[in-house]
Amino acid sequence: MTRARAWQRALVVAALALAFALPFVLSGFRAFQFTQVFIYAIALLGLNILTGYNGQISLGHGAFYAIGAYTTAIMLDKWSVPYALTIPAAGLVCLVVGFLFGIPALRLEGLYLALATFALALAVPQILKYFEHWTGGSQGIVLSRPEAPAGLGLTPDQWLYFMTLGVLVVLFVLGTNLLGGRTGRAIVAIRDNPIAAQAMGVNTALYKSLTFGVSAAYTGVAGALSAVAVAFVAPDTFNVFLSITLLVGIVVGGLASISGAIFGALFIQFVPNWAQDISKAAPWAIYGIFLIVFMYTMPRGIAGSLRLVLDRLARASGGAGGPA
Amino acid sequence: MEIFLQQVVSGLATGGIYGSLALALVMIYQATDVVNYAQGEMAMFSTYLAWTLINAGLPYWPAFFATLAIAFVGGLVIERVVIRPVENAPILTIVIVCIGLLVILNSLAGWIYSYIQKPFPSPFPETPITIGTVVFGAHDLGAIGVTLVVLVFLYVFFRYTTLGLAMRAAAQNPSSSRLCGIRVGWMLAVGWGLAALVGAVAGMMVAPVVFLDPNMMGGILIYAFASATLGGFTSPGGAVLGGLIVGVVENLVGTYVRFIGTELKLTVALAMILVVLVVKPSGLFGRAAVHRV
Repeated sequence: MTRARAWQRALVVAALALAFALPFVLSGFRAFQFTQVFIYAIALLGLNILTGYNGQISLGHGAFYAIGAYTTAIMLDKWSVPYALTIPAAGLVCLVVGFLFGIPALRLEGLYLALATFALALAVPQILKYFEHWTGGSQGIVLSRPEAPAGLGLTPDQWLYFMTLGVLVVLFVLGTNLLGGRTGRAIVAIRDNPIAAQAMGVNTALYKSLTFGVSAAYTGVAGALSAVAVAFVAPDTFNVFLSITLLVGIVVGGLASISGAIFGALFIQFVPNWAQDISKAAPWAIYGIFLIVFMYTMPRGIAGSLRLVLDRLARASGGAGGPA
Repeated sequence: MEIFLQQVVSGLATGGIYGSLALALVMIYQATDVVNYAQGEMAMFSTYLAWTLINAGLPYWPAFFATLAIAFVGGLVIERVVIRPVENAPILTIVIVCIGLLVILNSLAGWIYSYIQKPFPSPFPETPITIGTVVFGAHDLGAIGVTLVVLVFLYVFFRYTTLGLAMRAAAQNPSSSRLCGIRVGWMLAVGWGLAALVGAVAGMMVAPVVFLDPNMMGGILIYAFASATLGGFTSPGGAVLGGLIVGVVENLVGTYVRFIGTELKLTVALAMILVVLVVKPSGLFGRAAVHRV
């Protein structure tokens, strides 16, 4: 156990060091791509808290991503609020909306919840277009990209990169603590056996809707960051395929795994780019095939498989390893 | 009044299409406890095959029936190859596999046929039919007729043939059916095939109205979900009736409720699904799910 833990810690430190060095080595465009990876990772952790850990299937998390993005865009565009304030505000709005959506969702089990959220994902672009006065209709809202604070000597791309990385680290530490403790065990217990969890004194209704809220808040913060980074929001970017992309991310990265969010984000950011060269339809064909193949062969995703390898390494080098 | 009647009839026409697709969903749900998210894309792909056949010079009706045969075999193969390995897996796994199927079929159609909209022929004359003082679209009436034929065919099949009876038995009580010598696995596969066939009919009936493109079934699938939810996922007749209700309500709301118009159509479907699921999750005609603890 301790060996595996040590390996894990070393990897996290190495990854962080690499993340700090990257924007000084890479071009502005590449740095921007990694900013996008961090944004996806936050959204994926949000969806994973709900679907992976709590077992509530959401096929419509793109909706919360959209709400976060539009909250930020409207606050910036209409009221000129400083962008640093809009991001927690977007998180808060999504927390409330997610919590409220979670209440009727309590009555829906597995398939039906998937159905309701799938319908939500399909309806989002229409709803956004309808409130044209606020959302700018199908034209969307064009924002201006933030400059780095004077004195840091960073380019706007580098500044966005570090800002997103900062938010990512904070949210991941919070997420790790949330899921690693008493609350996390309650969340997982509800997934594995709701009746037993209730018998043990877990308030399943409260936990489930709170989990929905927290999950939506994470995804909303990611949406807000993307609005700031891309400096543009439009209804048709938040279609049902965004929600499916997020689903692909957690399946490939690893269900019920925190590091899985990072692997999933790398996958959904870079693989479509490479596949685009083959054909416009190729990224989606690849997504579909990965979804099915991962479910058959690696149901715990990249993170789960890596964990197996790590445990083996730890056992090989330290003799007595922990349970896998 | 005339506008009202016209809207009701064209609502019944689209409602019949929603109902067919909902029926396909319910058939699969009853047999395998899977909500097939790829049902719409399977129908879309079949419609593209029909388009290919018609473009290759085949007259409409032979192409129609050839497509049905291909769709049946396609559905059967999908069940055997893709769904069977995860039959007993958790719901999340099955949902993800179905979404994977949806994505693959959608992108495959885009890859082969491009994302440009194509016109799809209707087998019915273009001249509208006048009854009394009210004018109806011939395609609307034809689509209602075709839907009715499909329903009668399915009713007769499930009621009076040995195979239909065996399929119902396999869905209701797999282990007893197996003891009676019914090959349950194959019955489920035939169920998928039939569902794909019914979906193909829906696709070919709706394509002349919405034009053929890889994303054409997205909106229709959500209406089919609403229909199946309203009628109850455990009731085939309810799903069809639900489809007709949803179709008519959609058209009347679009005509008479100003602030909704056509812009919020999908949102109406979402609201219907949410309201039914929260108020009466088993739908109008479904059995309430009972779990043994």
